[in-house]
Amino acid sequence: MLKVENLNVYYGAIHALKGLSFEVNKGEIVTLIGANGAGKTTTLHTVSGLLKPTEGSISLMDKTITGVEAHKILGMGMAQVPEGRRVFAKMTVQENLEMGAFLRTDKAEIEESYENIYRKFPRLKERRKQLAGTMSGGEQQMLAMGRALMSKPDILLMDEPSMGLAPILVKEIFDTIVEVNKQGVTVLLVEQNAHMALSIADRAYVLETGKIVLEGNAKELLDHEDVKKAYLG
Amino acid sequence: MAQFIQQVINGLNVGSIYALIALGYTMVYGIVKLINFAHGDILMIGAYFGFFALATFNVPFGLALVVSMILCALVGMTIDRLAYKPLRNAPRISALITALGMSMLLQNLFRLLFGAQPRRMPAVIALKRIEIAPGIAISNLAIITILLSVGLMLLLEFIVKKTKTGKAMRAVSEDKSAAKLMGVNVDKTISITFAIGSALGAVGGLLYAINYYQVEPYMGMMPGLKAFVAAVLGGIGVIPGAMLGGFVIGLIETLTKGYVSTTWADAFVFGILIIVLIFKPAGILGKNTREKV
Repeated sequence: MLKVENLNVYYGAIHALKGLSFEVNKGEIVTLIGANGAGKTTTLHTVSGLLKPTEGSISLMDKTITGVEAHKILGMGMAQVPEGRRVFAKMTVQENLEMGAFLRTDKAEIEESYENIYRKFPRLKERRKQLAGTMSGGEQQMLAMGRALMSKPDILLMDEPSMGLAPILVKEIFDTIVEVNKQGVTVLLVEQNAHMALSIADRAYVLETGKIVLEGNAKELLDHEDVKKAYLG
Repeated sequence: MAQFIQQVINGLNVGSIYALIALGYTMVYGIVKLINFAHGDILMIGAYFGFFALATFNVPFGLALVVSMILCALVGMTIDRLAYKPLRNAPRISALITALGMSMLLQNLFRLLFGAQPRRMPAVIALKRIEIAPGIAISNLAIITILLSVGLMLLLEFIVKKTKTGKAMRAVSEDKSAAKLMGVNVDKTISITFAIGSALGAVGGLLYAINYYQVEPYMGMMPGLKAFVAAVLGGIGVIPGAMLGGFVIGLIETLTKGYVSTTWADAFVFGILIIVLIFKPAGILGKNTREKV
């Protein structure tokens, strides 16, 4: 589904990603875990075209997407739920979802998608006319997910969905990720909350200062001594 | 009382022109956070296009208006592409200074091309005064000016609120990266914003020229400045704010002219701006938005 090879990204003189390679297969939940500043968000931004890599290649469903502009990537089947939700605060919940369907032209099916999203997140339905910026963090996270799903992606990138949320909401969001995955959407999940991420993922990569230091089956990494020490406490 | 109502009608007339021009400032500011000081000169260019269409080619008013809008939209998009787009990620002051430079460039370019001498705008509309009550009259030109402006504002409100393009504009003005992730072509959306703002400016310019019977290369400065004040007064970046601000400025100006003195009118306009900004720095409809992280 998604294949990243030898990715190198610089912020000015700072070498943020140092030859990163990983792969996400169809139907999987793969997680990228690591501490603050390890390069997780940089990786997602590069994959989704917001940042240009200096070196390396990214391919999505066997098509090279390295250097493709960000606004064209969604149409190729990859959606992203950005870090910090980034919902359009001055637009209503409904309008935010409409933005998610921006590239779609199948009117009748779009209506169906709204209903699907509202069924998944009943809270959003209650608030469909409310401005997104007035909602709580958890509701905004749901909206950001709903918005990304409105594009009917084949693969969903999620950046720190647990950030700043109460444990009960984190659980709810992660349950939804599993549910979305069961419905056929491949997921690449970037998380600091390693325990939660590993418990739902199939496979995982551990990122440290721009390099992958460990990879493997998520359940095995959950028991791995180094991971336990560094991330699970 | 009759005189007061008469002044209010006159105020609404100029105010609707200021409002149209103010929309261009506020839309561009909303999307790229740039005070486009060349916008006043767009209205001058729009007036010239209209002038040539009417005086040289003798086309009907409606056609002259549409031609002027389309050409100004293209000029606005070109200015953005050439002058502002390369500075999109530069410090904001660089783009601001570029806008000032662009303004001078356009003024002097038009002076070079067509001379500094004002040209008389042909009387496109046979002027008629319509008496609504004893001592209160409105000209057919004022009716056209007000209706056209209000109509265009309603159309703009519809575009921004209901259409896909309008929603993309709002999304880009809030968060460019997030808009890109939705598949919105940010550069194209900014271009469209400049096009719409400039087209409205063209209408404002042409109406202004017809109301004051002339075109000249520096005619954009004062109405441009007042429309900018209107945009700030209403809350820069807020579309209904620009409309409200335009009417408020128009009313203050004519009421001052009518009751205080003609020479003091501009001083009152700018004085009101200072007072409003002291008590409401974000403008009348502007909100000091708190952002949720």
